[in-house]
Amino acid sequence: MLTWIALLVVVLMLVSAVAVLVLGNFVAAVAASSVVGLGLSVLFVMLQAPDVALTEAAVGAGLSGVILALALRRLGLWHLDEGDRGVAHPLVPTAKAVSKETDSHA
Amino acid sequence: MRNIASLMFTGGLVFLLLVIGAQLAFGHPGMQVGAEYLRVAGPELGAANIVTAILAGYRGFDTLGELSILFAAATAASLVLGHRRSDARRDPTGGLILRAGVELLFPLLVVVGVFVVLHGHLTPGGGFQGGVVLAAAFFLVMLVDPARGLDHALIGWIEGLAGAAYILIGIWALVETGEFLAPMLGTGTMGNILSAGTLPLLSVSIGLKVGSELAGLMANLSDAEARDQ
Repeated sequence: MLTWIALLVVVLMLVSAVAVLVLGNFVAAVAASSVVGLGLSVLFVMLQAPDVALTEAAVGAGLSGVILALALRRLGLWHLDEGDRGVAHPLVPTAKAVSKETDSHA
Repeated sequence: MRNIASLMFTGGLVFLLLVIGAQLAFGHPGMQVGAEYLRVAGPELGAANIVTAILAGYRGFDTLGELSILFAAATAASLVLGHRRSDARRDPTGGLILRAGVELLFPLLVVVGVFVVLHGHLTPGGGFQGGVVLAAAFFLVMLVDPARGLDHALIGWIEGLAGAAYILIGIWALVETGEFLAPMLGTGTMGNILSAGTLPLLSVSIGLKVGSELAGLMANLSDAEARDQ
């Protein structure tokens, strides 16, 4: 039973870690990176290390996300619109690239 | 070409890690120091939480190093990102949901933070974790009303005094016993709030230092102007 829960948490962490890379939105990427920390703290609880789990939940899931978000805000990258990461991404076409493509087709 | 090179580099790194991982006896620690801590720490220090006993009792000097690293990092981040023009506009105050949520959460978070700090030698947690929780509580207040801000002078004083208290306790131990940061004042009864000698004092000073430092960092960052869209 515990193994299956751990497997579920690991899969969730992997999915959100990939989501950090793939998501077209910085805000969503920060949230996904916090989910990785949250999953890790659950794993620490299952390994009977509550001290480390507390630290991971407070720092990895909470504080680092807040500081990343504040840095994004400072750099003017804090938008909630879809797909405005602003840079050409290897895996996901940005909204600008897609709209340019449809323009050229039309 | 560059993609192939980075792929080969990553593949080689994974291969090396797998080779090293295959050699390790996972779950069978070769070092005996953990078992020795478990045997000795309880009677010697009187702390129910052995992790805090190690962090503040046996490895107090490492914790001092951690505090200085955190101080340097927070100072550097504040210097680089925490700049503010005098004419920059403020963020608007938070809406009803944020305000009501923070009014509900703030006292709860402060109680949890103080509890974790004060019971560092009894329950999981300690100065560092409790300090982060306290900093998060005060950051929520800043989020609701960005114009109010925090009293930076007060925060600086708390941080400096807490850091000085940690070092002064260490020097006191150096004078009394000849070892820097050696636990003192006896062990007391294990499980009481007033037990484990100087460990609770060290825990409180770590908590105040980390809490005020991180709250100051977040206040600096959220005080900085956002770049104009």
